[in-house]
Amino acid sequence: MATADRRGNGRQPNRLETGGLIDRSLTLHFTFDGKTYVGHPGDTLASALLANGVRLTGRSFKYHRPRGILSAGSEEPNALVELRAGARREPNTKATVAELFDGLAAASQNRWPSLAFDLMSVNSLLSPIFVAGFYYKTFMWPAALWEKLYEPLIRRAAGLGRASDDSDPDTYEKATAFADVLVIGAGPTGLAAAQAAARTSARVILVDENAALGGRAIDDVAEIGGNPSHEWVKIVEAELDRNPEVRVLRRTTAFGCYDGSTYGAVERVSDHLARPGPGVPRQRLWRLVAKQVVLATGATERPLVFGNNDRPGVMLAGAVRTYINRFGVVPGRRVVVFTNNDYGATTVTDLTNAGAEVVALVDSRPQPTAEVQRLADTTGVRLISGVVTGALGRQTVSGARIRAHGGDTVELTCDLIAVSGGWNPNIQLTTHLGGRPVWDDRLCAFLPGALPPRMSVAGAAAGDLILDKSLAGGIAAGSAAATESGHKAVAVPVPASTAESDAITPLWRVAEPDGKAFVDQQNDVTAKDIELAEREGFRAVEHLKRYTTLGMATDQGRTANVNALAIMAEITGRSIPETGCTVARPPYTPVALGALAGHHRAKSFKPTRLPPSYRWAKEQGAVFVETGLWLRPSYFPRPGERDWLETVSREVTTVRNAVGICDVSTLGKVDIQGPDAATFLDRIYMNGLKTLAVGKARYGGMLREDGILMDDGTVARFGESHYFITTTTANAVKVVQHMEYCAQWLWPELDVQIVSATEQWAQYAVAGPKSRALLQKVVDPTFDISDAGFPYLGIGEITVGGIKARLFRLSFSGERAYEIGVPARYGDALIRRLMEAGAEFGVCAYGTEALGVMRIEKGHISGPELNGTTTPRDVGLGGMVSTKKDFVGHVLGKRPGLVDPDRPALIGFRPVDRSARLRSGAHFIARNATPTAENDEGYMTSVAYSPSNGHWIGLGLLKRGPERIGEIVRAVDPVRGADTLVEVVSPVFVDPEGGRVRG
Amino acid sequence: MRIACPHCGERSLDEFLYSGDATVRRPDFASPTAMDEFIAYTFERTNPAGPHRELWYHAAGCHAWLVVTRNVATHAISSVEPARDVALAGKPETKDGA
Repeated sequence: MATADRRGNGRQPNRLETGGLIDRSLTLHFTFDGKTYVGHPGDTLASALLANGVRLTGRSFKYHRPRGILSAGSEEPNALVELRAGARREPNTKATVAELFDGLAAASQNRWPSLAFDLMSVNSLLSPIFVAGFYYKTFMWPAALWEKLYEPLIRRAAGLGRASDDSDPDTYEKATAFADVLVIGAGPTGLAAAQAAARTSARVILVDENAALGGRAIDDVAEIGGNPSHEWVKIVEAELDRNPEVRVLRRTTAFGCYDGSTYGAVERVSDHLARPGPGVPRQRLWRLVAKQVVLATGATERPLVFGNNDRPGVMLAGAVRTYINRFGVVPGRRVVVFTNNDYGATTVTDLTNAGAEVVALVDSRPQPTAEVQRLADTTGVRLISGVVTGALGRQTVSGARIRAHGGDTVELTCDLIAVSGGWNPNIQLTTHLGGRPVWDDRLCAFLPGALPPRMSVAGAAAGDLILDKSLAGGIAAGSAAATESGHKAVAVPVPASTAESDAITPLWRVAEPDGKAFVDQQNDVTAKDIELAEREGFRAVEHLKRYTTLGMATDQGRTANVNALAIMAEITGRSIPETGCTVARPPYTPVALGALAGHHRAKSFKPTRLPPSYRWAKEQGAVFVETGLWLRPSYFPRPGERDWLETVSREVTTVRNAVGICDVSTLGKVDIQGPDAATFLDRIYMNGLKTLAVGKARYGGMLREDGILMDDGTVARFGESHYFITTTTANAVKVVQHMEYCAQWLWPELDVQIVSATEQWAQYAVAGPKSRALLQKVVDPTFDISDAGFPYLGIGEITVGGIKARLFRLSFSGERAYEIGVPARYGDALIRRLMEAGAEFGVCAYGTEALGVMRIEKGHISGPELNGTTTPRDVGLGGMVSTKKDFVGHVLGKRPGLVDPDRPALIGFRPVDRSARLRSGAHFIARNATPTAENDEGYMTSVAYSPSNGHWIGLGLLKRGPERIGEIVRAVDPVRGADTLVEVVSPVFVDPEGGRVRG
Repeated sequence: MRIACPHCGERSLDEFLYSGDATVRRPDFASPTAMDEFIAYTFERTNPAGPHRELWYHAAGCHAWLVVTRNVATHAISSVEPARDVALAGKPETKDGA
């Protein structure tokens, strides 16, 4: 914020006493490069700077030339500033669209040490090496210098602003809206279109990138319907605001046209404030879906290409009118107007009315039109038929050198040169889906070609530059769009408006300019660079663009591209259509990444899923690990334990000797019902399931159609037509999708229903020799869970304290074990009940680490083995695969490459030196072979320190592994520098007979 | 892009998952040339520059698999049908292929 003692006296030398849409009753303070200035509500940073007489706003990208304000809109190539400070600092903000607020702080960019005295402007003297293609020519050799010397130098010398290093403190949101008619642009055309459409009671959305509606109806002085045009805007705006079917989105740029008549738009909700209000986003990203779209985006004025046409004080004629009429700022006192068209010439009137002296109207046409002659006669301005060959002045414009047709040269003192090279319709959104623009010789501009479905274009965007035609075109397009979207037409008369002329004779560049003649001011590309590109063979538009970088800056060459193309056409003697055109891709103007991300940041991007026992585990001081979105207990440290390994080993030992409890709710759970459920599952799983009896569970594996293992889990049969399966945690969603695919697309004749129940059930593994004793205390006594009544792989519906529950006798640990499931809302109560009941047996909770150790000790596969490259045979499950039935993956699983006996297959490993640590990811190399890719025989997939064995153990995929038990191979881990001798052993390290699971 | 789900109405693209070619049908595993047929079914695809029939899954909606006829050159969608209906229409009434 500006402090009181630094506040200026409020004098704004270029502010008009009256006029404009600013509020002079309020004064706003702002700083530019540390100096305090004042402005008014309604100002942009650019208009306020001009009001204060600030003309130099930055240095150019390559040559560090002084630059000022060229335009009054989003096409601005020069006046880019760093806005705000701290975490909100944003680079490359166009001063011409940044709305002024009290306390705004802006800084110029790309200057060192100061804006007025920039040491880097020495680059201008070196300009022979900065010509087109200099990146490709200058820094070819030696390559090592590129990284160390050239690139850092260039980065310091050539650059734009600095982004903040802090994370963005503001929020962004996304919204979707639907419309019968979407009108893009709220100039005279768009307002007329929206009014006409709204009167049919169609649902209308009107968007405009500016804070104030009106476009050229507030930028120019004209009459519409008997009112001054800015009054007409207010009348229409009021009508639209009253209509509940109309949504007007101000400060909203429609930046992209997408399939399905969907448009992307960004609303700058709080950019005009020092900081967003509480709960209000900085920006809002809109997805606008419309039945019909009227594009009324207007046109962008072209600069003229002459010597030093980049000097601060050279300004687009339309921008000069905008600063006078919309902002009450006269950007110069002695002005030369330079134009090749009638519309540009009218600027003389606006300037004269604002009290500026127009020292000459320079019209490049050999024969000025009757319009221009009349203008000169009525205003008395000196009319010169000729061209400005160069702007004079070192830092800002101090004069113009003018060459009349016939050869006389004159130098006139001036502080502003208002230029108009004609108008480019803003047709970017018509090309986003591939439409090619069409050249129009009369207007000297590209007009929309084939349009996206359901879009029409009206007004200046369609080439109707004259107000009367714009209004008529807008009304026609708005009415047609409304009727197309199903509404009954309502006749809207076209209001009378000021007569205008759009006559133009092209002038693409001034011959023999005095000084560098810029085409693309933001990327510092001159007319000479285009000549050079042509000489070196880069004549195609796309080559020209990439060779010179023309049109590739943040403004995407909106004031440059057509001039460049026309100059190339002129040099090569081709027509403009023959030369080609560039088409635009979204976005129309830069969109902040924050807006595209919206709320999807941090935890809102990747939310945390909490298992049912989370709160209890947290109370126990568990250490958690993220597995996918789930936050699962990794282990439960106890006081006095030195490290995780000691804790995990204690948990494993407790399970193997007593009983432990683990939350396994994260496993995917799917409920499958229907008369054909058995047949269905038999085709999903590789192993036979038809023999699975009611009240029993079975381990199963499923394949992808190409024969690779997709997932594994258990299948439990609760009834003739009722199954309940589990999947791995990672594949819970994928398996349901796969099953839906099979049920709906492969075998739609099967009567089966599938529903995910992952989040509906809390499920705990109760594992260890004393697990049954523990459960006996928890499960309601009416249920027989003795070994006879509830044997290994038995399942059943039970109750716990009267609550519906399910019990499965399954084991992942290799011990006698059960899984007990209750509705998820009882999960917290159940873990507490189980732990309490287990106290007398020395129960402990165990996490994913101990779970992993125990499954490795048992040789069970998990994620590292189910890695998308393994077949059932690779992981020791070949015997399970049915040869009799059809199932997904059956046929392709028999491909020669997948049944090759040389494929790496699962086997166990232990270090020859029992104290050695194993690492997963290590590659197996025969003992006497060199560790090369050719000698690679597979890799270690999972390792653990086995407390049951007292040393590290591993599972891995080794070529012909099961045939090599007893052999010693090297486990080579070049990444971590390990080379360990390991012995090939059975993958089952604990209870190889498997007696313990049965009790 | 927007897809008109037959169950849910027109919805945004990001509710759907694309899942490949709907013009290929799973062969009979018992056919004497099953291996060649499954290889063609799983891996061989044409790449038409025009209308194409594709499978889409309404993942963030009703979980229906859909057959979408889409011109891949223009993204114009000409029909959206439940995959189940399309599959049943092209299949004799059998309950157990095994």
